Amino acid sequence: MAKSLGDVIIDIEKCKGCELCIDSCPQETLALAPRINQKGYHYAVKVQDNCTGCLNCALVCPEAIISVYRKIVK
Amino acid sequence: MGEIKLMKGNEALSEALIRAGCDGYFGYPITPQSEVIEYLSREANARTGMVVLQAESEVASINMVYGAAGTGRRVCTTSSSPGISLMQEGISYIASAELPCLVVNIVRGGPGLGTIQPSQADYFQATKGGGHGDYHMIVLAPYNVQEMVDHVKLGFELGEKYRTPVMILGDGALGQMMEKVELFEQMPRKTEFPDWATTGKKEGIHRSIITSLFIQPEVMEQVNLRLQAKYREIEKNEVLYQTINCEDADYIFTGFGLGSRIAMKAMEMAREKGHKVGLIRPITVYPFPYDIYKEFAGKVKGILDIEMNAGQMVEDVRLAVEGKTQVEFYGRMGGMIAGPDEVYEYFEEKFLGGK
Amino acid sequence: MSTIPNFIEIPVNPEIAQKEFEVYSKPSTLTDKPFHYCPGCGHSTVHKLLMEVVEEMGIQGDIVGVAPVGCSVFAYDYLDIDMQQAAHGRALAVATGIRRMLPDKLVFTYQGDGDLAAIGTAETLHAANRGENILTIFINNAVYGMTSGQMAPTTLEKMVTTTSPFGRDVSTQGYPLKISELLAMLPGVTYVTRQSVHTTANVRKTKKALRKAIELQQEGKGFCLVEVVSNCPSNWKMTPLQSQQFIQEKMIPFYPLGDIKTPEGK
Repeated sequence: MAKSLGDVIIDIEKCKGCELCIDSCPQETLALAPRINQKGYHYAVKVQDNCTGCLNCALVCPEAIISVYRKIVK
Repeated sequence: MGEIKLMKGNEALSEALIRAGCDGYFGYPITPQSEVIEYLSREANARTGMVVLQAESEVASINMVYGAAGTGRRVCTTSSSPGISLMQEGISYIASAELPCLVVNIVRGGPGLGTIQPSQADYFQATKGGGHGDYHMIVLAPYNVQEMVDHVKLGFELGEKYRTPVMILGDGALGQMMEKVELFEQMPRKTEFPDWATTGKKEGIHRSIITSLFIQPEVMEQVNLRLQAKYREIEKNEVLYQTINCEDADYIFTGFGLGSRIAMKAMEMAREKGHKVGLIRPITVYPFPYDIYKEFAGKVKGILDIEMNAGQMVEDVRLAVEGKTQVEFYGRMGGMIAGPDEVYEYFEEKFLGGK
Repeated sequence: MSTIPNFIEIPVNPEIAQKEFEVYSKPSTLTDKPFHYCPGCGHSTVHKLLMEVVEEMGIQGDIVGVAPVGCSVFAYDYLDIDMQQAAHGRALAVATGIRRMLPDKLVFTYQGDGDLAAIGTAETLHAANRGENILTIFINNAVYGMTSGQMAPTTLEKMVTTTSPFGRDVSTQGYPLKISELLAMLPGVTYVTRQSVHTTANVRKTKKALRKAIELQQEGKGFCLVEVVSNCPSNWKMTPLQSQQFIQEKMIPFYPLGDIKTPEGK
């Protein structure tokens, strides 16, 4: 059976920590970092290695700072 | 020699708009200039493809002009005093965004809803800004139907040269009167447009943004400095006026637009009675021809300014002469037009110690 | 806030995060300037969707936008296309001027509820009634955002704002205005739809609606309106997630989502 391996790259310096991506992720892959970026926001990061590349986080991200990758492995 | 016709001022101006290759007209009917949109609606589109649109208000008209001017096209709106007041916000935006366009004010008596009779009471509004912020329009003041035509072409040219709104400041009488007029030949509509125009982002070229918003005060100040430099340039290069019989004059009559015609007739009456009276007629009221008044201030015994208002241009005349000569003002208001005889009588009373 | 106590950040997997496997990235039609909008604001999501459509349709050079007065006054900083900024409420008059001069171009306005449905109602109604070939994107967040939270024409009944501090009292402050339903009655209007961007499913639907509206513009079908029921976490005094919930529970019941008028005859 084919398996979808995903990954995300988040431009953390532009993240405002709104958490919409975290809320939209069905895999609970993302969370807010305890650290803050230069603007003073906690930013979203990947905390589990289980991304499927479903796009949800990128779709809801108001800042358009999430790039999504998806590799289908058979 | 161009085509000669007998035409009403408003219709002659409309014909000139078509012939000047105007691309778009956006207006709203108001007396005493509704013939403009009527004439254009009849004539313009079939002849040149010019867009003529009756907007829902003067507020909409001037903002349509803003949008259309932003595409680099030749555009115009016309109205009369209350309508022009409604347009002031839009004109301020147009001045700040540095868009060329033509705004025609066929002035009627005010304040308020006022009267539909001719007046010159919008001089301050036209020449000193009118809307908010530090800006000017170039303001042309025709005194006959011929200039209603000629100023259309001149107005578009000046507007495009300086990227600035230009106003033709007429009045209800000029709009309604019929006179002989020589029309210039039909000019082609523009086919090339400036690179600042918003016509769709082009590959490899910077995109165009038309805005009057510069939220950083440092930037806004720079915009203001650029505008002011442009106004100084206009003041240096574009002053227009006419003088008649000034060489030997002891007294000068002055006025703009229709006021200057009354002054002219009164001057002729004075000359017939043996008084050496000359005339200065500003053609541009912004930029105002301060220098010509200054030049004659030391030479004449007095200046009589005639306007159809409570005394507006007279403030500029007084500024110009710097107290070096006596300046008197005669005006009628609220749509009343002074007769040359009453002007002459006032001249005798003020300068010749009565009869 | 969902920070994790035992926080372990997982690094990017170089095996997967390669250009050939990329399924989404910021559209090239957005500039690199970071949005000035508050965290979680729907404005930037709609900017992004619009520019995704512009990129996919290859119309970057064929479209001219009009920015309003309101939070999206700086829209031209982000949308990498030719744009004009309009006076408050006058976006559709400005767009009319542009469209009449450029009949071969696509023209849109991007307006908030105050701009479109209060100060600019006359321009909105008449541009729609003339059937101008213009797409209007209408962000309805039921509040004046830029001036910090005053009542809007679309503010819900009993909703608290800084100028309805005891909740909107319809007996003195009027009723929330459903401008989309009003405009849909006009014969010059082709397509009116109300969407939202508060869930991934709704984001997809909004993008589809924008694409449909632009295609109708290309066909010269007349006035199109895409209303987006959106949020204003800052002025609603909510977190972004709470504001999404407010959209679902309070806004959508009054402003139901879906097509209001379509060229196919809804």
